[in-house]
Amino acid sequence: MSEYKRPTSEIEFKQNFAQKKPLMNPTEAAFESSKCLFCYDAPCITACPTGIDIPLFIKQINSGNLTGSAKTIYESNWLGNACGKICPTQELCEGACVFNHQDLPPIQIGRLQNFASSAAIKEEKKLFSPGTPNGRKVAIIGSGGAGIACACELRTMGYEVDIYEAKSKPSGLTLYGIAAYKITNQEVEDEINFLEKQMGLNFICDHPIENKTQLEKLEADYDAIFLGVGIGATARIGLPGEDKTNVVGAVEFIEELRLKHHHLTVPKKVVVIGGGNTAMDAASQSARMGAESVVLAYRRSKEDMGAYGFEYKLAISAGVESLFNAQPIKIIGNGKATGVQFIKTQVINGKLENIAGSEFILESDLVIKATGQAKQKHFLELIEGLELDNKKRIVVNESSFQCTNPKYFAGGDAVNGGAEVVNAAFDGKMAAQGIEQWLNR
Amino acid sequence: MPNLNIDFAGIKAPNPFWLASAPPTNTGYQIMKAFDAGWGGAVWKTLGVPVINVSSRYGSTNYGGNRMAGFNNIELITDRPLADNLREIEEVKKYFPDHAVIASLMVETKEEWMQIIKDVENAGADGIELNFGCPHGMCERGMGSAVGQEPAVLQTIVEWVMEAANIPVITKLTPNISHIVDPGLAAVRGGTNAISLINTIKSIVGIDLDTYAPYPVVDGKGTNGGYCGPAVKPIALEMLKELTKHPEIQNIPVSGIGGIETWRDVVEFILLGAGSVQVCTAVMHYGFGIVREMKTGLEQFMIEKGYETIYDFKGKALPNVTEWKHLNLKHKVVANIDTNKCIGCDLCYIACDDGAHQAIRIPEENSNRIPEIIEENCVGCNLCSLVCPVEACITMEQRDNGKEHLTWDEKTKANEIPTSFNDDRAGGKHHFVPTVADALKHRK
Repeated sequence: MSEYKRPTSEIEFKQNFAQKKPLMNPTEAAFESSKCLFCYDAPCITACPTGIDIPLFIKQINSGNLTGSAKTIYESNWLGNACGKICPTQELCEGACVFNHQDLPPIQIGRLQNFASSAAIKEEKKLFSPGTPNGRKVAIIGSGGAGIACACELRTMGYEVDIYEAKSKPSGLTLYGIAAYKITNQEVEDEINFLEKQMGLNFICDHPIENKTQLEKLEADYDAIFLGVGIGATARIGLPGEDKTNVVGAVEFIEELRLKHHHLTVPKKVVVIGGGNTAMDAASQSARMGAESVVLAYRRSKEDMGAYGFEYKLAISAGVESLFNAQPIKIIGNGKATGVQFIKTQVINGKLENIAGSEFILESDLVIKATGQAKQKHFLELIEGLELDNKKRIVVNESSFQCTNPKYFAGGDAVNGGAEVVNAAFDGKMAAQGIEQWLNR
Repeated sequence: MPNLNIDFAGIKAPNPFWLASAPPTNTGYQIMKAFDAGWGGAVWKTLGVPVINVSSRYGSTNYGGNRMAGFNNIELITDRPLADNLREIEEVKKYFPDHAVIASLMVETKEEWMQIIKDVENAGADGIELNFGCPHGMCERGMGSAVGQEPAVLQTIVEWVMEAANIPVITKLTPNISHIVDPGLAAVRGGTNAISLINTIKSIVGIDLDTYAPYPVVDGKGTNGGYCGPAVKPIALEMLKELTKHPEIQNIPVSGIGGIETWRDVVEFILLGAGSVQVCTAVMHYGFGIVREMKTGLEQFMIEKGYETIYDFKGKALPNVTEWKHLNLKHKVVANIDTNKCIGCDLCYIACDDGAHQAIRIPEENSNRIPEIIEENCVGCNLCSLVCPVEACITMEQRDNGKEHLTWDEKTKANEIPTSFNDDRAGGKHHFVPTVADALKHRK
């Protein structure tokens, strides 16, 4: 049973979705930063996909150079504030902190990062300026982490950059795809505005790029094009009854929740299908929205789940129940789902097999599918010579992020199939350098 | 249970923990509270000529997450009327007849000295401490450290005081002098019953980066203050040793002052010959209750070592404090890393490589970042063991057989002073020597 009551106001919503990594106060930051050992060739830097010089920015916090600290962060990662909040730091920098080896709590790197970056954002500190215009133009498709990072990096080198965004606001999944207890809408928007003002980013929102004519125009108008298109909507899983009205995709559910907050009504009985981090987010958030029962159903065992352990624990602590070795076979209901029929599974000789006669029905008035997203295959196939791998991910050169059609560069989920914002931020930055090298070849 | 009672130059106290003459001993109220908390004695905040204090008086040196690793002040002697202080001395003695109440004094003329000694004796003080130490304010008026820095003047005033005093006299010395033995000897020759040291060290703890004035800032300006707190302990210990090892001074009791906060500090001062200790900064930081830690720690130390009184180990480290030339050149230690404890911060590696003797490497094939000692390069300097954040992870292990003994002094006397660089441990001989390419490998 969930411990959360249904939020009926923004205040109650905020209580239920209290930030997992709240902003440090100056005393906490001073104390925490004083503990950093300033390791040589620090493992936290290696563990950070963007390689932020973490010991340096922590030392800068401790010595009272907060702006310098923010600059250190943004020099490596254009989404420094968002990443501090939403990165799985337990698995990355904090997981690599040497204190773990003596059973000491690791330095709270993510929160220290936010302490510095959010101060720079709040005080509108001028950390960077656009480079001298070099006469070149780059189009960026998609304003998620990869696109924004690529745009900022290109601006420092003097490129003119237009960012095409299908939605009405920039930032992609950073805003729409993250559990609300990890970062607030305001925090995402503030960072984007901060970068926009500082770097002179030109967002062209409500402007989906979806056909050949548009692509040809971009190819004609720009020196290079960066694809930061992410991945698409939740894929069909092919269950009978999947089309019923109250069967939704997890990413769509998370997006709707971020936009509507307490105005979204989550019914009493929720079943979430899947075992990845998105499933955990969807389940955890359903519980926080006051659902009476939330069941996380995964076809394999707990150990096989793709989700991080801490994400699973977080969902459980929010009141989510878990059901393992349960394969959904049918959505029950007349027009509207009233339940999900499962069959128990077991692994025999390494193969997952259904146990005959073990079918059972779980009542449900909302079924959330967190079973993976469709790739942007149809769109990507419009681009000539753009090679996709067997999982329909864009194939790029691993250092320049250049696609097989040399005018195109790509990064983020469209390339890695779905990873963290920090990975997208890294890809975007590297792609910008790849573009620079290619155009100067 | 050990007996902590002391007899310091005739001043008796239930334990060696005294409050130094400073803000914590400004009033009878504070001193009674302190005695009640467990302190054995108190040196009253200096009584003397009328003064006026400034507002904003203290500054601090913080280190990382720690406040007041060092502390300085520009406060003067007491600014409370003498009569009030005398009345309170009398009152304290009434409540605490067995505790030591020592009056710190600082006046200018012989007549003033005579009068004030009579006053504090009448009030019932157990002893007198002569403040020849304050390095700020009072010295500009020819008192405090201005006296302590002039051995001849110091001796004259001690002689005046000894003429008049019927209770034990402690002469408090300033460390703001290159050779502490000179004022020490002057005090002894003037007839002092005891010495206390150190007073505070002339200091500027920092500059305000907006007003460009030194801390503590007084209306846009600052002045040098007197430095104390944990940071000054090493200086105090050294000066204490200078006196307690000196043949002409060593029989005079010395009260040790300077950065004392824990029982370990107390034991160290006693091991170097202190007969009592005086504490200020620790109390200004934590209050009088800090004495509980000192007392229980000292008692536990004495129980474990089998000492009944502090005199059983007073000065016990002094025979081991010697000159460099008497150190055994044949002794050899090298660092050893306990790989089970190592957390891979590699601070030892970079400290040794950049800051010492290039005697630690991180094996390239080693993915867990655990460094190893290059024994042929290790000079046994300790640096790695000092920077290591893990308890007992890097230890220094003896490599000589303990049988050979040769000192620089012995070599000199045997006429064996080397004429070329031939020490096996020094750079260049049997050593791994990094290349120019190694030094520049990170160059962009």
